[in-house]
Amino acid sequence: MELIHKNLPALIVVLPLCMGLLTAIVGRRGLGWWMAMATNSAVLAMAGQLLWNVMHNGAFEITYQMGSWPAPFGIVYIVDPLNAAVLLVVSIIACVLTLYARKSVASEIQKNRLHFFYALWLFCTTGLLGITITGDAFNLYVLLEISSLSTYTLVALGRSRNRRALTAAINYLVLGSIGANFYLLGIAYLYMVTGSLNIADIRHILETTVFPTWATDAPQYRTTVIVGFAFMAVGLSLKLALFPLHGWLPNAYTYAPSAVSGLLASTATKVGAYVFIRVIFTLVGVNFAFGVLHTETALMVSAGAAIIIGSWLALKQTNLKKMLAYSSIGQIGYITLGFSLNNVNGLTASIIHLFNHALTKGSMFMALGVVVYRLGNARLKDVRGLGRQLPVSMAVFTAGGLGLIGVPLTAGFISKWYLVTGAIQAHRYEMAAIVLFGSLLALMYVWRVVEQIYFGKRDENAPKLKEAPVTMLVPMVLLVAASIYFGIDARASSWVAQTAAELLLGVKA
Amino acid sequence: MRMTDYPPALILLVGVIILPMLKGRTRWAVAFALPVLALADAWAAIEVGANSFVPFMGMTLNPVHVHAATPAFATVFGIMVLGGLLYALNQKRESELPAACLYAGGAMGVLFSGDLISMFIFWEVMTLGSTVLIWLGRRKDSYGAGMRYFGMHAAGGVLLLIGIIIVIAQRIQAGDPAPLEFRHFDSMVQGWSTLSWSSAGMWLILLGMLVNAGAPPFSSWIPDSYPQGSSTGTVFLSAFTTKTAVFTLLTAFAGVEVVIYFGLYMAIYGVIYGILENDIRRLLSYSLVNQVGFMLVGIGIGTHLAIDGATGHAFAHIIYKALLFMGAGSVLFATGRTKMNQLGGLYKSMPVTMWCMIIGGLAISGFPLTSGFTSKSMVVQAIVDESARMAELGQSHTYLIVTWFLFEAATAGVFIDACVKLTWFVFFQKDSGLRPPEVPWNMRAAMIGFAAICIFLGIFPGPLYAILPFKAEAAEYAKVIYSVDHVMIMVGMLFFAGLSFFVLLPLMKRTETITLDLDWIWRRFIPKFWRDVVTPVLDQLNAAQKAVLEWFPGNGNESDLPTVVRRRLPGSWAVSVPVFMITAMLLIYLVVYFWLLPTQAA
Repeated sequence: MELIHKNLPALIVVLPLCMGLLTAIVGRRGLGWWMAMATNSAVLAMAGQLLWNVMHNGAFEITYQMGSWPAPFGIVYIVDPLNAAVLLVVSIIACVLTLYARKSVASEIQKNRLHFFYALWLFCTTGLLGITITGDAFNLYVLLEISSLSTYTLVALGRSRNRRALTAAINYLVLGSIGANFYLLGIAYLYMVTGSLNIADIRHILETTVFPTWATDAPQYRTTVIVGFAFMAVGLSLKLALFPLHGWLPNAYTYAPSAVSGLLASTATKVGAYVFIRVIFTLVGVNFAFGVLHTETALMVSAGAAIIIGSWLALKQTNLKKMLAYSSIGQIGYITLGFSLNNVNGLTASIIHLFNHALTKGSMFMALGVVVYRLGNARLKDVRGLGRQLPVSMAVFTAGGLGLIGVPLTAGFISKWYLVTGAIQAHRYEMAAIVLFGSLLALMYVWRVVEQIYFGKRDENAPKLKEAPVTMLVPMVLLVAASIYFGIDARASSWVAQTAAELLLGVKA
Repeated sequence: MRMTDYPPALILLVGVIILPMLKGRTRWAVAFALPVLALADAWAAIEVGANSFVPFMGMTLNPVHVHAATPAFATVFGIMVLGGLLYALNQKRESELPAACLYAGGAMGVLFSGDLISMFIFWEVMTLGSTVLIWLGRRKDSYGAGMRYFGMHAAGGVLLLIGIIIVIAQRIQAGDPAPLEFRHFDSMVQGWSTLSWSSAGMWLILLGMLVNAGAPPFSSWIPDSYPQGSSTGTVFLSAFTTKTAVFTLLTAFAGVEVVIYFGLYMAIYGVIYGILENDIRRLLSYSLVNQVGFMLVGIGIGTHLAIDGATGHAFAHIIYKALLFMGAGSVLFATGRTKMNQLGGLYKSMPVTMWCMIIGGLAISGFPLTSGFTSKSMVVQAIVDESARMAELGQSHTYLIVTWFLFEAATAGVFIDACVKLTWFVFFQKDSGLRPPEVPWNMRAAMIGFAAICIFLGIFPGPLYAILPFKAEAAEYAKVIYSVDHVMIMVGMLFFAGLSFFVLLPLMKRTETITLDLDWIWRRFIPKFWRDVVTPVLDQLNAAQKAVLEWFPGNGNESDLPTVVRRRLPGSWAVSVPVFMITAMLLIYLVVYFWLLPTQAA
């Protein structure tokens, strides 16, 4: 037990990696699902334990040295409240979606490939968890590629339902690789300057040797650092699908198998946002990124455009999975806006929205997955009058929709509350107005669907649908119940998010 | 004794979850138990002056707090739910019960909200419940009316929320120890007359509340939506939304002059449109606007007596307005009709309904010995007193004299509308040949009960005066209420008003008409404007956008479905555009960074 506890930060990444390999080899005949489920449950337990440990540890930090090599030389894993929270998000979603995937995936993918699916599924989880926990910039890139490569393949597996999944996956592959390589180039530039790959070490070297000479006549490496940061910012904007670099997202979400859509929407972009926060606040420091380069202006413009245009495009979609995909682009705008405000409330909003939106969007994709499971498609006209035939799934969809709008007593309200307060504190009234306008657009696109669900008349000759199997219902009900619970009692979630935000901004000692 | 400090509204909200699970008698038993428990609990909370605090996102919510006007409003809300349930007892449509619980629970929650956030949350709960209640009316236009209602109140809610956020942000900046507190805005009222940043939050809050009160230009949602409820649903609807708005205005904006003018407009508006109206439930909706107008005048005057008057009037009004809507609902229940030109001569077969409606009509007109008299005359007295006080101080008080005059005129008008005209056309005039049986016992019992309250409070106003915000002033006033001049003025005025009705009877006959109201702007003008002006412009823009997109390499029409073999991948499928975007973004970042090339140290 002691051994497990001491090595938790490593285990949480290594376990799914090894189990993934094992699943690919021995996971036939349905064993794959059991292995994935067991692994992800264990990962969830570990993530919960890590968050507990870090929040009740005076220093709010746990450092783990891989192979006991000390920091700047070996790879270190560092857990602080921010990434412990993201780890928990990823593992909750992965665990719940694995349960959901059993029936859903079996209907969308050929039987003889299921074990590969679960192997990739575990690799994807590995990558996402690893990105989040690592304290090493290059290791982060490697894990980013692990998760991305497995994601491309997972999206492509949607092809047995719709062959467009292949095109979507290729698109995603091309763009995702460019994004990842931009990040790698950025790291390379910083490595030229600092000679280090450890995030904390890079920051230390930048602060002690590079920035002090900044304003002098012979600035050291000024150009290199700026170019490196620009590459990273653009590459990460793409990974997180920040407008206008969102081109890969709608089709990838739409044509992937339902469970994969849920995983992507709830975790992949969230981890992207986490990395962006980490790069700005920990790697180069907020004084440099915002104070000197004024990146926050660019981010705010992008975020504002993402909120309005993403929500507007969501309003125009007839394919509901695509609608949710565009709505995700808008929600990413909220997350980005939050950390670009550069105050505690804004950053808290970002972090808490990572969590809240994962719950909300995950449950909504799962609810649509039920329609796909029964009909093979989820267009607006398919859900007409489904309120009576699929009462639970459609209620989940509606409750999730309320969360997207940000109705009080849902988790979405808490995020928007912090966001608007943060915007007002930063004297960015126009951003506060955009947030509220975005809620109005969300009301419109959610309502459009809810109206069809409950007030639309089902076609006479449309098939009668049965409610989904229990293994699909339980996970989405769990998520949506959590999203309502954290809307009513936000003490725990806001405590973690606020602590993380205060630590990032250096407000908390 | 109360166990913990949960809001009394929670008891009603629990019903939303339990009631759908129960059936038959148990369901009704629970439905009746809930408001009794809630009322008992509310009074327990009032007795001990409960005040509970809940930490929320680094701030403190105060979901249980007793405001000055809470006792009166909580009592009447409780009575109202009980009466409404009794009236609905024979209804097959039991799905209305949870919706009514949600609605009443939201309203009750607002009464006990000590902070702006809880207030807003309960406010929205109330909107939700009432919208569902309108939809459950299942009349021809119920769905559309519910949507319009919801749109109106959602918009009002957004105004309210933005206002609340601004006010809280300002209070935090000003170092207020309790930034969330829901209290009178007196410390911020100085900057009233000019619309500036410092008072924008309050204006928005006021506007949000006025939307719910049915103030102009938003008055028309009341006659648009309430008549679309079922015969029982409308009884609930008439009670809570507007009166909750009155309560919040009373708590936050008492003595703010501008509220008087909103109130006067509503009082006059309600009378004029009421005279033109043919549908009995629409007519009652208009007179509801008129009565809420009286309450707003009281709030705007803002003296202790005026506040007592507004509160007492809200109390009395809920009872007699519900009584009138019950009567209208009974007519609808018995005949299936609500148009006055299709009714008449019902006095023979529906005597109980007739007498109850007459009592309700007298009460709404403020006839002596009814509850309307004991409450409304208080507001009148407050206007007169305030006017005299200002005259003594040598200040201009013309507006108060005008207010008094219009107030009395509207009182006479509502007597014509809601009392004489209603009863005359429905129960007397020509014989429509209808001989419906009297309504079932529970409906009669509910009506008789409410009529009895109207009379009781008219003769013995003491119990009501004892729960008003300023008991001393109310008790003082109780001594002079039945003075000869009060009674004589009222009776004389109403007599001549009634006389004028019968003199002008030929003009009063109603036919099938539609009355034009301000809602024409958003129901006709804006859609037409959108269709004829905005849409063509948008089309042009779309065409331009398309042209630009087609010029882009690899882009085309989204509607040609892509297949993997197609060489030119259209629309969102092209990789080239996003790749171009990435390059462009990198360029922009670099240009901006080097253009801003920093001179100061990081």
